[in-house]
Amino acid sequence: MSNNGAKEFVFRVRRFDPIKDDSPHYEDFKVPVQPGWTILEGLWYIKENLDSSLSWRSSCRMGVCGSCGMLVNGSPTLACNTQIRDVATDVLMLAPLPNFDIIRDLVPDLAPMFDKHTHLQPYIQRDDHEEMLEPTDQYWQSPEQLEQFLQFSYCIKCGCCMAACPTFASDATFSGPMPLAAGYRYLIDSRDDAFKKRKNLLGSGGVGPWRCHYAGECSAVCPKGVDPARAIQFMKRELVLDYLRLSKAGKRKPAELLPAEKRHGRRDEIPEAPPFTVEGAS
Amino acid sequence: MSMKDTKLWTWHMAAGVIILVLLGAHMLTMHLNGVLPIESLNPAGDDPLDWANVVARGREVSQVFGYIFLVGFGLFHGLYGLRNILFELNPAAGLKRLISVVLLLLGLGLFVYGAWSAVAARTMALSVSG
Repeated sequence: MSNNGAKEFVFRVRRFDPIKDDSPHYEDFKVPVQPGWTILEGLWYIKENLDSSLSWRSSCRMGVCGSCGMLVNGSPTLACNTQIRDVATDVLMLAPLPNFDIIRDLVPDLAPMFDKHTHLQPYIQRDDHEEMLEPTDQYWQSPEQLEQFLQFSYCIKCGCCMAACPTFASDATFSGPMPLAAGYRYLIDSRDDAFKKRKNLLGSGGVGPWRCHYAGECSAVCPKGVDPARAIQFMKRELVLDYLRLSKAGKRKPAELLPAEKRHGRRDEIPEAPPFTVEGAS
Repeated sequence: MSMKDTKLWTWHMAAGVIILVLLGAHMLTMHLNGVLPIESLNPAGDDPLDWANVVARGREVSQVFGYIFLVGFGLFHGLYGLRNILFELNPAAGLKRLISVVLLLLGLGLFVYGAWSAVAARTMALSVSG
């Protein structure tokens, strides 16, 4: 360890350039890691000082955007959210997320995941199109109804769960944990009015949750604690209950606009927003 | 409209519960008779394989239906589970259909054979005097 607290780690990074390489290979980089450095900061050090051609995907640097998911010492995680000294001994193994094609180096092709996500219709669907397009008020939802899906709405679509899923690894037609958790989040949302449509979509073929055999790895690696495995089991339960005519969600009417007696306007204790700091802003 | 997988999975789970009950009854009758004797099914004493006990059980209509249900639900549960395991190997769509058809025919064949055996056992038991 040097005087400024830096300690040298070897970053063993899987490289792949589709123009030059036939197959991926590993390259070692020596990185003097300062206390508090994340893996993302180590990668920036390599790019700025050792090899400018190294590619990865990142954006927010604070575990919110979900761009920098990668395989760190064999486990899918966010590079920006992981301290190097927490996970490395001397050598840190970095590779792109498995179960996806590689675009280059540490950049996986996440398009199939987003296609599956889109296929499960991750949005509120209702008949009152005019209200949806030009809202006059909010749809009323109780805290209990919100609690049913809130955890699953924290997903940042990083793809770590998909990379950890053993079923998705062997069956590319399986929707996978992220799309299914998002699907459940809308299946159970009391404002949604498309339960029948969703249950038919989820109830046939490889689209639905039925191929999941509950390995639970998706939940173990999720950097946001979303617990997709739980969502998938809840989805199974809801669909089975609906088949047995016992599902409340299947019989519900979509949430209506906030009733007049619940409209309280702005609460007094909430301060007004500060004035704009840029002239002419509105 | 199709909810095929939802229906199959629901029945798979239900069959598991039913098997638990029926297999429990089988275990009680055939293996735990010394501990929890059931007089009507084993009237000739502790040994369930005593010929008099076998004949007495064979005459019970509940035994016939119990074993027919056990065969039916057991076959569905087992073969649907096997189908899921085979599908894990990610076969092509044509092969998936073939697997489904073969397992369905196998299941139906074994069910008919098992059901016939249960009925034949009762017929035989009724024909025995005493």
